[in-house]
Amino acid sequence: MNFELTKEQKMLQEEVRKFAQEELAPLAPELDKTGEFPKESIKKAAEMGLLGIIIPEKYGGAGMDFVSLAIVAEELCRACASTGLVITVNNSLAAYPILAFGTEEQKQKYLPKLASGEVLGAIGITEAGAGSDVAGMETTARREGDYYILNGSKRFITNAGVAGIFVVFAYTNKELKHKGISAFIVERDTPGFSIGKHEDLMGMRATANAELIFEDVKVPKENLLGNEGDGFKICMNTLDTSRIDIGAQAVGIAQAAFDKAFAYAKERKTFGQPICEHQFIQGMLAEMATRIHAARLMVYYAAFLKDQGKPRISKEASMAKWFASETAVEVTRKAVQIHGGYGYTKDYEVERHYREAKVLEIYEGTSEIQKIVIARSLLRGL
Amino acid sequence: MDIIVCIKRVPETAEAEIKVDPNGKDIVKDTLNFDINEADNYALEEAVLLKEKFGGKITLISVGEEECEHILRMGLARGADDAIRITDEKFSELDGFATAQILYSVIKDIHFDIIFTGCIATDDGYSQVGPTLAELLGIPHATLVTSIEVKGGIARVHRELEAGLLEAVDIKLPALFAVQTGINKPRYASLIAIRRAASKELKVLSSKDIGLEEPRRKIKIESLFVPPVTKRAEIIEGSPPEAAAKLAEIIKEKGLL
Repeated sequence: MNFELTKEQKMLQEEVRKFAQEELAPLAPELDKTGEFPKESIKKAAEMGLLGIIIPEKYGGAGMDFVSLAIVAEELCRACASTGLVITVNNSLAAYPILAFGTEEQKQKYLPKLASGEVLGAIGITEAGAGSDVAGMETTARREGDYYILNGSKRFITNAGVAGIFVVFAYTNKELKHKGISAFIVERDTPGFSIGKHEDLMGMRATANAELIFEDVKVPKENLLGNEGDGFKICMNTLDTSRIDIGAQAVGIAQAAFDKAFAYAKERKTFGQPICEHQFIQGMLAEMATRIHAARLMVYYAAFLKDQGKPRISKEASMAKWFASETAVEVTRKAVQIHGGYGYTKDYEVERHYREAKVLEIYEGTSEIQKIVIARSLLRGL
Repeated sequence: MDIIVCIKRVPETAEAEIKVDPNGKDIVKDTLNFDINEADNYALEEAVLLKEKFGGKITLISVGEEECEHILRMGLARGADDAIRITDEKFSELDGFATAQILYSVIKDIHFDIIFTGCIATDDGYSQVGPTLAELLGIPHATLVTSIEVKGGIARVHRELEAGLLEAVDIKLPALFAVQTGINKPRYASLIAIRRAASKELKVLSSKDIGLEEPRRKIKIESLFVPPVTKRAEIIEGSPPEAAAKLAEIIKEKGLL
């Protein structure tokens, strides 16, 4: 057993931390206020190779592993959760399904663009009436000659407003229920494809989150990802992978809140001494640090299993996602509490972390869905 | 253009709590983070910028134990081509003069056009290695360098003097430049470069390899101590506008304004 990061992973962690703290953290409060997309930061991140972490070198990526992706997601979100989310989505929700299920032509056509940041990627699963209930989606894809005709809409899509490549899920045969869902690669400028309402979010506000609208969108049959009916499988496999990164985002946000609360507790005085000398505060700090530590280990372990090529990582990915996201909510809540009245103001960043943490329990499978995945895995003896 | 950059691994002390260790001759380092010395990082970037312009090779050299391989690898990831680590049990408790002798023993056999060092190390603050090394090699040097332009074997360098003055000097290469912080904006290593650097083999040299039995030392640390708190410090109380007004008054009173 070895808990050490490799030499390469340590160097990566150090350099990304430096980049994130110097270049991203100072912009985070303003991005949160305006909701403006961090275009320049994404450009800088692309120069470092952060948009194609898991994309192999032959497709223009860095060719790193999933533990490395988790390390990057944590460090970016520790500095600016919006920027971290944008980059994570590009890697694990847009590039990953193409890498894992795409044809050689699809990989050659799309992965270099996603790796270089020439275009950003997004994924379209959720709909107005179908979130946790993926099979409840209503978007359809009708085969007509060499094309599929897509109709419907998707909601709450990160990167929607800026992305050029979308992995979109739609029914090719509704009668087959979830086995009738297929996945498609849809390019932004395809006629009939438009971006709808921009979401005014509680946190992660600079992520160009919006609605996707498909009105008789003609997608060439070459853009079908996998086979017809593979969509649900592709979706679940992709989510298993990306849930590890949600866990990593959560660890990053929690660590950011802890760092600020810890520094504040050493500085702020009440009853003649720094508040870190009070046992209630010490108890909170101990709980926060321990939960973060546990969450980080769970995230690394799930990523390690993925790197080992284990076929089933649903249970461990869901455990990491659920535990880390609830940890982030709990730790950021306590960080606000330690800051007292100041924590409730926008002068201190912990209130932003608190707002940002909440969505982790909702997107890419709510905490409730994660528990169902975990329990069903256990019942199947996995 | 072949360039050598000498780098040092130092503890990050800017925001850390510093304690003197029980023997009174060093600080407690167990809880500190270590990184490349700040000015050395700027020196490396300056070397990479020159390499991008003129081609050639960058060799990094550091004196230190195994832990200092990390800063050498990060240097490789940021654009250096080769890295040499010099280590030996005899090479402990070094002062600037001793370090310069060790570096000299290695560099005298390597071809170079420019040697870069940082202008000061943030741990001991001696600022001696650069100029001493240049003297040992018998080449010209400039310290506190804030810009460099190379043309036809001559470098036009700007040096930072007191009171905001800059001095421009032309120096014939080969030469050594001790670089000031802020001369450029050091880049971030790309992920691909990190991957390559992580697995690259580093050259490790011992006292025997470099033919230097024991460097001479000129400085011996007698004791380290935290300066006693004087009574001259005054904490200015009040709201920010009140405190600012009081501060302005004091500055005026002392004739500084």
